[in-house]
Amino acid sequence: MARVLINLPAEAKRGEIIEIKTLIAHPMETGYRLGPTGVTIPRDIINRFVCTYNGEEVFRAELFPAIAANPFIAFFTVATESGEIAFSWTDDHGETQTEVRQITVE
Amino acid sequence: MDERWSERPTRRLVLLAAAGLGLPPPAEASTAAMDQAIHALVGESTVKRGKVKLDLPPIVENGNTVPLTVTIDSPMSQTDHVTGIHIFNEKNPQPYVAAFELGPRTGRAVVSTRIRLADSQQVVAIARLSDGSFWSDSADVIVTLAACAEG
Repeated sequence: MARVLINLPAEAKRGEIIEIKTLIAHPMETGYRLGPTGVTIPRDIINRFVCTYNGEEVFRAELFPAIAANPFIAFFTVATESGEIAFSWTDDHGETQTEVRQITVE
Repeated sequence: MDERWSERPTRRLVLLAAAGLGLPPPAEASTAAMDQAIHALVGESTVKRGKVKLDLPPIVENGNTVPLTVTIDSPMSQTDHVTGIHIFNEKNPQPYVAAFELGPRTGRAVVSTRIRLADSQQVVAIARLSDGSFWSDSADVIVTLAACAEG
């Protein structure tokens, strides 16, 4: 499990637009670099990021090797109701890591 | 020069062989590759300038991590919102940098990330709106230390 940082308010007013900042520890190996033996280091990146709010997708990103290591993504969403905001990152091997945060909406 | 000597590879031969056997240069995106990628996205639609604001530092010391923010002037309502933001570059090995999918639930059409830049170049952001129109902005970046430079 890679280390993840997620920053979002724990509470919000109904209809408020909140900012969500996410960061995951990942080398984002481009597949263009040469290793010490002169062999290309195989590509290994996170290629997809999805954010769902109580199961409904609110934001999605498709990433390419030009995204810096430890991909940082910040975006906004509308706080519609209390519940769970889930974040999932999928890498080139098809492995997905999901993190869930709670939000209280008044 | 006796025969033994002539069979030994000379310095010149070694250099020639090294040049010939050298790895093919990595695929490099160019303005043409970027235009092609943009064409694949927008098709025959015209891309208008405006609405989109691409924020990048004009001079970057380290191309390995360059902060980027795209802001689009949109009410983000059910009927009028941004559906996608696409980022392209000119000189990295691949023209695509990232693609974001948004909707009315996103609330505000602002996305930030950090990117790699292999050289001083132009970065282009294209936004697709819910009415099917495309809007763009571009930024020129000078990179002092390119990404991918270190082994």
